[in-house]
Amino acid sequence: MKSAVVLLPGLNRDRDMIAALTKISGQAPATVWQTDTEIPDVDLIAIPGGFSFGDYLRCGAIAARMPVMRAVAEKAAKGVMVIGVCNGFQILVEAGLLPGALMRNTSLKFVCRQVKLEIANANTMFTRRYQPGQIIRSPVAHHDGNYFADADTLARLEGEGQVVFRYAEGTNPNGSINDIAGIINERGNVLGLMPHPENLIEAAHGGNDGRALFEGALGIAA
Amino acid sequence: MIKARITVTLKNGVLDPQGKAIEHALSGLGFDGVGAVRQGKVFDVELSGTDKGKAETDLKAMCDKLLANTVIENYAVEIA
Repeated sequence: MKSAVVLLPGLNRDRDMIAALTKISGQAPATVWQTDTEIPDVDLIAIPGGFSFGDYLRCGAIAARMPVMRAVAEKAAKGVMVIGVCNGFQILVEAGLLPGALMRNTSLKFVCRQVKLEIANANTMFTRRYQPGQIIRSPVAHHDGNYFADADTLARLEGEGQVVFRYAEGTNPNGSINDIAGIINERGNVLGLMPHPENLIEAAHGGNDGRALFEGALGIAA
Repeated sequence: MIKARITVTLKNGVLDPQGKAIEHALSGLGFDGVGAVRQGKVFDVELSGTDKGKAETDLKAMCDKLLANTVIENYAVEIA
């Protein structure tokens, strides 16, 4: 299984994502730059975290309008798996590949800590190696992770099992509606989440709770 | 040249923690009777040409495509 990582100015978790994909899949991901209009033939495209374009205008707003995102949308429409982490999630939402919006944390503070996540839907390509309702740990580091969607959209997300990760046990770090930490599109191939599973994949990280996400997506035996 | 001002505000019902913090700070400064405060954005845009109708159409398209996130924000276009 091959992967690609999207690079944009101002991202700072791209190396973490590349390292995680390399370690888990055994081969380095391809990298695509913001101005690239074509993405190589891969099974998984990852949009890392950071502060693309300095979070100017709105987090992810400028990045979402770059040529590479049109290429990502084309791949997603063909069924290629796409994962956006943190700023990557904000970019997917701004690009219209996922519904809703990510707003300033209700605390108004940047949060950098470990949270607990509940696997709200274990029946996706990304979460199939977890158990339904399983609680895993994951780091978060963001200022704008407060997920919002209007009532109709929210009802649809909840009804269709599109809420994939939820902050568990009172660990919601940002005021996100319904404790939503990550959602998937209707087709089930585009996932966005605020936590950083790529930062918890090996003993040196203090645990490997995030590893199964990439193993599931890449179809790699645990 | 056409000069325009675009105002982007949060939709009703969308929580605005920054507005809330400003509201508390104003009360803290001793301004009594401050009700809800909502924070927004203002863009001053200069456009070449003189066709105000076209300018308005273009400015609205700019709002829909980039300047506003219509999931959470409303916008108003005002041409000088």
